[in-house]
Amino acid sequence: MEPLTEHTGRVLPLRRSDVDTDQIIPSRFCRRLTKTGYADGLFARWREADDFVLNDPARAGGSVLVAGPNFATGSSREHAVWALRDWGIAAVLAPSFGDIFRRNALKNGLLAVQLPDAVVSGLLDAADRDPGFPVTVDLVACEVRWDGGRQAFEVDPRARRLLLDGQDDIAVTLADGDGITAYERGRPHWLPVFGAARAG
Amino acid sequence: MSEPRTLFQKIWDSHRVPSGSDGPDLLYIDAHLVHEATSAQAFDGLRLTGRAVRRPDLTLAVEDHNVPTDSLSISDPISVEQVTRLRSNCAEHGIELFRHGDAQQGIVHVVGPELGAIQPGMTVVCGDSHTSTHGAFGALAFGVGTSDVEHVLATQTLSMPRPRTMAVEFTGALPPDVTAKDLMLALLTEIGANGAHGHVLEYRGAAIRGLSMESRMTLCNLSIEAGARAGMVAPDEVTVEYLATRPRRPTGSDWDDALAYWSGLHTDPGATFDRTVTLGVDALSPVVTWGTNPGQAVPLSQAVPDPAQFSDAAEQAAARRALEYMALEPGTRMRDIEVDTVFLGSCTNGRIEDLRAAAAVLRGRKVAPSVRMLVVPGSMQVRADAEREGLHDVFLAAGAEWRLSGCSMCLGMNADRLSGPSRCASTSNRNYEGRQGDTARTHLVSPAVAAATAVAGRLAAPADLS
Repeated sequence: MEPLTEHTGRVLPLRRSDVDTDQIIPSRFCRRLTKTGYADGLFARWREADDFVLNDPARAGGSVLVAGPNFATGSSREHAVWALRDWGIAAVLAPSFGDIFRRNALKNGLLAVQLPDAVVSGLLDAADRDPGFPVTVDLVACEVRWDGGRQAFEVDPRARRLLLDGQDDIAVTLADGDGITAYERGRPHWLPVFGAARAG
Repeated sequence: MSEPRTLFQKIWDSHRVPSGSDGPDLLYIDAHLVHEATSAQAFDGLRLTGRAVRRPDLTLAVEDHNVPTDSLSISDPISVEQVTRLRSNCAEHGIELFRHGDAQQGIVHVVGPELGAIQPGMTVVCGDSHTSTHGAFGALAFGVGTSDVEHVLATQTLSMPRPRTMAVEFTGALPPDVTAKDLMLALLTEIGANGAHGHVLEYRGAAIRGLSMESRMTLCNLSIEAGARAGMVAPDEVTVEYLATRPRRPTGSDWDDALAYWSGLHTDPGATFDRTVTLGVDALSPVVTWGTNPGQAVPLSQAVPDPAQFSDAAEQAAARRALEYMALEPGTRMRDIEVDTVFLGSCTNGRIEDLRAAAAVLRGRKVAPSVRMLVVPGSMQVRADAEREGLHDVFLAAGAEWRLSGCSMCLGMNADRLSGPSRCASTSNRNYEGRQGDTARTHLVSPAVAAATAVAGRLAAPADLS
C-alpha cells in the first residue's frame, strides 16, 4: 500500500446512530469475488430517497463521512469498507464503531476515527450549515482539524504504523515467523486437526 | 501463587506468540473456519503475494451463506461462482471442505461444534460475526473481516489489542418458558445494541449452569448483537458431556489430557473484570423485538413503546425511524401484530433443541393459512437427527416447509429472501432494515414463540394457544 499520512475532504453528515453493515451494503451486493466494484451497493436502500446525503449535489465529492454512535455495527463483511472506499470515502468519523468494521477499515486505509460525541455533533452541525465544510484527518499527529478546532484521537498503534509506512500487514507478521514456529511446537497435542492431517 | 485470572485472560495468555519486533503480541488461532462469502478475496491475496496457507490442518471450510435450501443442486449463477471458487481454493491448499449436499454440510457455526472440533480453551476465528457462538465451549471465538481471514490463512495468527472484559451475571432461576434467546434479548434491551462494545463477555450465574450446550451457543451467538468482541461460558460437566460423543473429540489418553486442561478453564476467585452487568432472570418472560436492531425489544406481553419514553434524543430518533420502517404504532400490543412469514433456523436457533422446542408446539396443530413457515435445520446432521426423531413429520403435517441446511432467510443473501413488505417472525439474530428482503420487517423471537406465532398468525407464546 501507498503510505497514508493525512486526508482532507468535505464532510458528508449522516445523522443516524447504529448504522448497521446491512445498511452500508445489503448482502445481495456482497456476492462478488473481488475487492472492488461495490459503489453501487453503498447505502443502496437509503439512496432510493432523494434527500439522502449521498444524493445531495451540493455535497458531491465529499469524502469524510461523519455519523452517529455505533457506526457499522453488525456483520464482519469487509464489503462495507470496500463500498465506502469505492464511493470515494476516505475517512469515517463517529463516536463509536462496530469493532470488526473498524479493524477492517484501517486494514484498507479507510480512516475510521473515534471522536467524542460533542465533537461529532459539532461537525454535523457545521456540515449542515456549510455543504463544503472541510476537515483534515491527520494520522501523523493523530488529530482531526477543522476551521476553528482540533481534536486528538487514538488509533491502534500497529495499524497506524502500517498505514504511515505503507507496509504489508502479513509481511510484518511473517517477519516474526520463527516466533510462530516456536509457539507451534508447544501447542497441546490433543487439539483438533482437519482434513488430510486428521486421516493421516 | 499467580494472580487470579479470568477465563478470557487464561486463553489470551496461552495463545500469545511473543513478538520479536516492538509491536503488540500476536494471538495464535487454533481453528479457522471458512465459508464461501468472505474468503475468495483472501485466497486471491495469497495468490498475488505467492503465499501459502500456513496451517491447512487447522482450517475447515463449509458452504453455507449462499446455498439454496430447497435443492441439492445450485442454480443461481453467482452462488455457483462463489461455491466453485471456494472448492478450487480448498483443493489448491488442501483444506477440508463440506460441500452443499454433504451429510456434514450446514451453517459453519453449527457444524464446527457438532463435530466436536470446537473445544474449551481454543481460539477460533471465522469471517463471520456470529463466530462468537463458539464461546459456548469456553473458547475465545470472534468474527473477522476478509483481510484478517487472509492474515490467518498466511500466518495462523492475528495481531490485535487485548479487549476489555465484562462479566454478565444472571441471577435467579430461569422460568420454564424462557429460553436463551429471551435471556439475550432481555440483556440487549437492558444494555443496548452497543452496550458491550470492545469487551469480551463471560456469562455467569446459576441460570447459565442449567443451560444445555445448544442454549449456551444461542447465548454466545448473540454477544455480537451487544457489540461485544466475543462471549463465553466456562466449560463444565455439560460441556464435557456434549463433547464426549462427538466424532472429532480427543480420544484415548488425549481425552484425559484434555479433560485435565479443561478443568482449569474458569475464572479464578478474586479475578476482576473491567465491567460487570447483573440481570435478574426470575421475572423474565418471552421477549420479542419491535424495532430494527436487536436491542429494541420488549416482553411479548407488552406493547410497542412510545419513542417519547426513551431518555436520550438519539434513542428517541432511532425509535421513531424504527417504528416508521416497521409500520407500527406506539401502544399496539405485541400480541396483535400479524405476520405472514415464520423463519425457524440460523446459527442462532437452528440446532436440534430449537427444532424440538418448535415441534413440541406444532404437534397436532396447523400453521395459520395466512402464514408461510420455513424450517431450515442448522446442519444436515441436525436435519438427520430431527428426521430420526420424526420432527419433520410434525413440521410437514402442520404445513411448514422442511428444508435443507444453510444460512437461508437469516441474511437475505441467497434465494431465501422476502419480497414486498412482508412481516416475519424470525429465530435469527438481526432485525435490521432490509435484512431479510428489501422492505421486509423482522421480529426476532425464540423457536417456541416462532412456532406459536405460526399457528396464531400473530406474535404469540405457546401458552396463548388453546
